[in-house]
Amino acid sequence: MESILGLEGRVCFVTGSTRGIGWATARELARQGATVILNSRCNPELLAQRRDELREEFATEVGSCLGDVGDSEAMKDCYASIFKNYRRLDILVNNAGILDDRILGMISSQHIEQVFRVNVQGIIVNMQYAARLMARNNTGSIVNISSIIGRFGNAGQVVYGGSKAAVIGMTLSAAKELAVSNIRVNAIAPGFIDTDMIKALPPGKHRERLQSIKMGRIGTPEDVACGVLFFCSDLSAYVTGQVLGVDGGMLI
Amino acid sequence: MNNLDILISIFSDALSINPSEVSESLSYGDTSWDSVAHMVIIAALETAFDIMIDTEDVIDMSSVAKAKSIVEKYGVDLGA
Repeated sequence: MESILGLEGRVCFVTGSTRGIGWATARELARQGATVILNSRCNPELLAQRRDELREEFATEVGSCLGDVGDSEAMKDCYASIFKNYRRLDILVNNAGILDDRILGMISSQHIEQVFRVNVQGIIVNMQYAARLMARNNTGSIVNISSIIGRFGNAGQVVYGGSKAAVIGMTLSAAKELAVSNIRVNAIAPGFIDTDMIKALPPGKHRERLQSIKMGRIGTPEDVACGVLFFCSDLSAYVTGQVLGVDGGMLI
Repeated sequence: MNNLDILISIFSDALSINPSEVSESLSYGDTSWDSVAHMVIIAALETAFDIMIDTEDVIDMSSVAKAKSIVEKYGVDLGA
């Protein structure tokens, strides 16, 4: 029986997909029978391992593309390879991002540039290439991963919060621009999620964050992947320009 | 239809003009050739010739003459 998600055979590119939210998303897409192209910034061994894992577990087509989303040339090569191998792209999940907290007064220009190069420029470059492939078939879905910090801010996260707020602005603008090509653009704003990104948090901070979540538990990468899956699928066929909080009712 | 005819028909369709009006000098900003039409032209060229045009070339494609030289760069034989 055909799934109501309509993801079988769709070609999906998930950036930053060897760990955390990206990996959980890639797995859910593969589970639905989608063709998944994985991406890692700089770890070819892990990328190959993840590719083999997905192929083995879900018996679906899995490709891979090594490259930093903040490197426009590397991304150009990725899309050339997607075009060469699949001739189409149906779904892009802009997940790759970096987190580096610093309070005002401790922020260097290099720090700002690095975070914005990956979290903002990377998404623009990917949306630009992806939209061109999607427009050929007059269909597509782009899902950008923002953050609760981009919606509501947080002390010590001016740069990260700024970059994630930019993701929302880019999503809203791209949604308006690409609607004519039947390409939907939406964003997910995860809350406190159990990924490598939060491992560096001191125990006190970790406890404090947990107490701010109404549902009383930290989110899982799979929780976020389910939100992404909704935006990727036909269930959201008439939804664009939206930001979905996946945060268990977190107050920040 | 040869490749040159295909290229001309792409411009003609995207800009809603007669094929005879698709001259070498026709440029971005002329008639209905705006940014939206530009992306329609790019998509149609890529589909018709099975190529993927670099962003720099998309931006650089400012006239029909330029479009011809760019698609030729990607191995499309326009019979020139």
